[in-house]
Amino acid sequence: MNRFPLWKYVLIGFTLVAAFLYALPNFFGQVPAVQVSPVRTTEKVDTVLLAQMESLLKASSLATSGMELADNSIKARFASTDLQIKAKDVLENGLGERYTVALNLLPASPAWLSAISALPMNLGLDLRGGVHFLLEVDMKTALEKAAIRYQNDFRTELRSDKIRYGRISREGDAVTVHFSTRDQRDAAVNKLGTAFTDLAYTTEDQAEAFTLTARLKPEAEKQVQEFALQQNITTLRNRVNELGVAEPVIQQQGANRVVVQLPGVQDTAKAKDILGRTATLEIRMVDELADPLALAQGQAPFGTDIVPTREGTLIAVKKDVVLTGDSITNATPGFDNTSGQAAVHINLDGKGARIFKGVTRENVNKRMAILLIEKGRAEAITAPVIREEIGGGRVQITGMESAQEASDVALLLRAGALAAPMQIVEERTVGPSMGAENIAKGFNANIWGFFAVVIFIIFYYRVFGLFSSIALAINGFFLIALLSMLQATLTLPGMAAIALTLGMAIDANVLINERIREELRNGATPQAAISAGYERAWGTILDANVTTLIAGFSLFWLGSGPVRGFAVVLCLGILTSMFSAVTVSRAMANLTYGRQARLTKLSI
Amino acid sequence: MIEFFPFRKTIPFMSWGKATTAISLLTFLFSVWALWDRGLNLGVDFTGGTVIEVSYDQPANLPAIRGALEETGLPEVSVQSFGTSRDVLIRLPVRGDADAAQTSNRVMDALTAADAGVELRRVDFVGPQVGKELYDSGALALLVVVFGIMAYLAIRFEWRFAVAGMLANLHDIVIILGLFAFFQWEFTLTVLAGVLAVLGYSVNESVVIFDRIRENIRKMRGATIPHIIDDAITRTMSRTIITHGSTQIMVLSMLFFGGEALHNFALALTIGIMFGIYSSVLVGSPLLLMFGIKREHFIKPVEKKEEAVV
Repeated sequence: MNRFPLWKYVLIGFTLVAAFLYALPNFFGQVPAVQVSPVRTTEKVDTVLLAQMESLLKASSLATSGMELADNSIKARFASTDLQIKAKDVLENGLGERYTVALNLLPASPAWLSAISALPMNLGLDLRGGVHFLLEVDMKTALEKAAIRYQNDFRTELRSDKIRYGRISREGDAVTVHFSTRDQRDAAVNKLGTAFTDLAYTTEDQAEAFTLTARLKPEAEKQVQEFALQQNITTLRNRVNELGVAEPVIQQQGANRVVVQLPGVQDTAKAKDILGRTATLEIRMVDELADPLALAQGQAPFGTDIVPTREGTLIAVKKDVVLTGDSITNATPGFDNTSGQAAVHINLDGKGARIFKGVTRENVNKRMAILLIEKGRAEAITAPVIREEIGGGRVQITGMESAQEASDVALLLRAGALAAPMQIVEERTVGPSMGAENIAKGFNANIWGFFAVVIFIIFYYRVFGLFSSIALAINGFFLIALLSMLQATLTLPGMAAIALTLGMAIDANVLINERIREELRNGATPQAAISAGYERAWGTILDANVTTLIAGFSLFWLGSGPVRGFAVVLCLGILTSMFSAVTVSRAMANLTYGRQARLTKLSI
Repeated sequence: MIEFFPFRKTIPFMSWGKATTAISLLTFLFSVWALWDRGLNLGVDFTGGTVIEVSYDQPANLPAIRGALEETGLPEVSVQSFGTSRDVLIRLPVRGDADAAQTSNRVMDALTAADAGVELRRVDFVGPQVGKELYDSGALALLVVVFGIMAYLAIRFEWRFAVAGMLANLHDIVIILGLFAFFQWEFTLTVLAGVLAVLGYSVNESVVIFDRIRENIRKMRGATIPHIIDDAITRTMSRTIITHGSTQIMVLSMLFFGGEALHNFALALTIGIMFGIYSSVLVGSPLLLMFGIKREHFIKPVEKKEEAVV
């Protein structure tokens, strides 16, 4: 009765081999590497670049232990971190600004393992060091910006149709137009209603005052928010590329949040500076007539805002926005051809170029300001004088203090404007030494706990204890293999969950072994006891694990970050333990005792 | 055969009802008092704020660090040593303003200026809104786990078992929380995860005992209910101690080797597993008796089964 058919042994053997193979890559450790990828995601890396990198490295006599081209980046492996850092410098200088060169760690497992897509688990930031940011997009501002756009559009639309209107005011995300007669108002409702279908209109009649108020329809509002979020994610991606991080993660979370994870980043201040610069850009005309004394007292001339410059002086800028950051397609630092001064070169898109041409023609010798708006505060990055009409969308701004400043301004402009401001609402930074320590500690906790349990169980249950212990070790392999196949991210709580599930997995074997003992005590023959022990314990094992699974599932559902990692490992660990504790240990018991017809004694 | 618990006779657990109820009630009231009087020392995950862990290449000079931080003008900075004398933990309360995310960099700038031998180990900054959300979803997770498990027990057994099992295990949770409040250990998101995992795990114990009680009710026709419960507990005792023992070994290994990051998590699990044994045996089962389980609740299905067999 305690014999498995051959196919069952073969199947178990097959799962064991697979589990071993897929768990294996995790034990090879990592090798230092340098990763080169294009700054613009639209550009591709190719073999030409590969050859260029090879010759650069050869010229500096830096030996790589392999280069590979995959996922639009080239990774070069090195024997030591010392070589890696030297190679990074060489490549950075040699390849120029089109590529980002980042330090990375690659799995050291042999190629044949990677070929069967046996890859190690990803390590969470708490294990490899790095920064995790959660950024929140200010959706209120995104909607207000949309309202401001409609405010301008209404003006043009009503003018073009010669519908007379009083004033167009905005409160939050609602735009109100005032009319002196009902006919004009009704005509406007008709006109605007067909022109802007995303808006919902309400009207109000008072003595001598007829108004219409427009507001975005809920679905249009949702669209504006989604668009804002997507644009911000794109902008963040560009900014992160500038930072030179090997494997950044930028993901939407919920309706208005973005997760940014930068593994291996140590200079968090710089990262925060560049990401947290929740800047939007606006180009506006400067009001030259404003009285500096009045500005100092906070009295802005009508229709202007007071804005500080980087030098600390105050200027008044007109409320009308000439261009927003959306129109800027590129910005690079450089030098002015004639004066040799540091400068920033800006490229505008077609629509932006047309508007810019018109505005500069009408405002020669006046100043225009490029405003950086951070968290509701505006600052003029620069306020150059318009020397001449600028057509063609190529703009040069001079007057930078240094090349460094020019490159800072260019980065801000190039990274593009955010559709709406963002704020860091959560930060988790783990230093590199801490990450390595966490791995060691998590590993030690598992190993010592495992050996203590194994010694105890073998002491207590003898041969069946040995079966249980081997099944427990195999359970560990199953779990690691499964997590690697799923390419799950291992965190410190995840490692704790491995330890916990290993401790709980032995429960199933204890149930089985106790049941076998009880059957023996009640006078069953050894063979019958084994069979009954395994079969009767199964129901209880299933039952006992369901409650832990319930806890695991709700943690996965409601938890975030590392807690989710914990939940995933917990749930998977329970599932693998049911297989290994019941089937694998049964196979061992069957192999050992199944063929002994006259078995009189069990070592349990 | 080694047996730690060679109980041949049924141990009269149920006749100790008064004593165990008194112990439970006392620890429970103590925990409630600790929670009410001291409250949980909620970590930055739930309250929002900034925690910075730094280490120095030589024993840290706390007064100097406090002095350096005072100059930054940041309010209510708390500085304490942590783990070894070279490790320092700095806490700052939540600030509503937009610059809150920059706090950690201001602190690090000040510390680096005062002593270049400082190394950043960890920063946790949680904004007030996120903290509140984590708190809410944590509380929701607790409710979902409690009701999920109760529903399962109610389907699997019947409502008396569900309520008794849940009360027994909630009693564990309250005791874990009470001890965390009394000793003012920091209660973080990972600790909460540990508490919920242990809740699921301890209920296992009740499931196993309840399973046995049901089986006994069907088998031991002449016996009284208290005797049936006593028998069920005695028969499962060995298994209870061995499994909890193995899990406890793992958790203690985490407590001793897992470092500071896992310390409180392992602590919650240690307490939870210890009380888990006690409560399943000596809280859940008396409660079952109190709710008045009767043979009739289980007899019918048995008769049906027998007919099916015949």
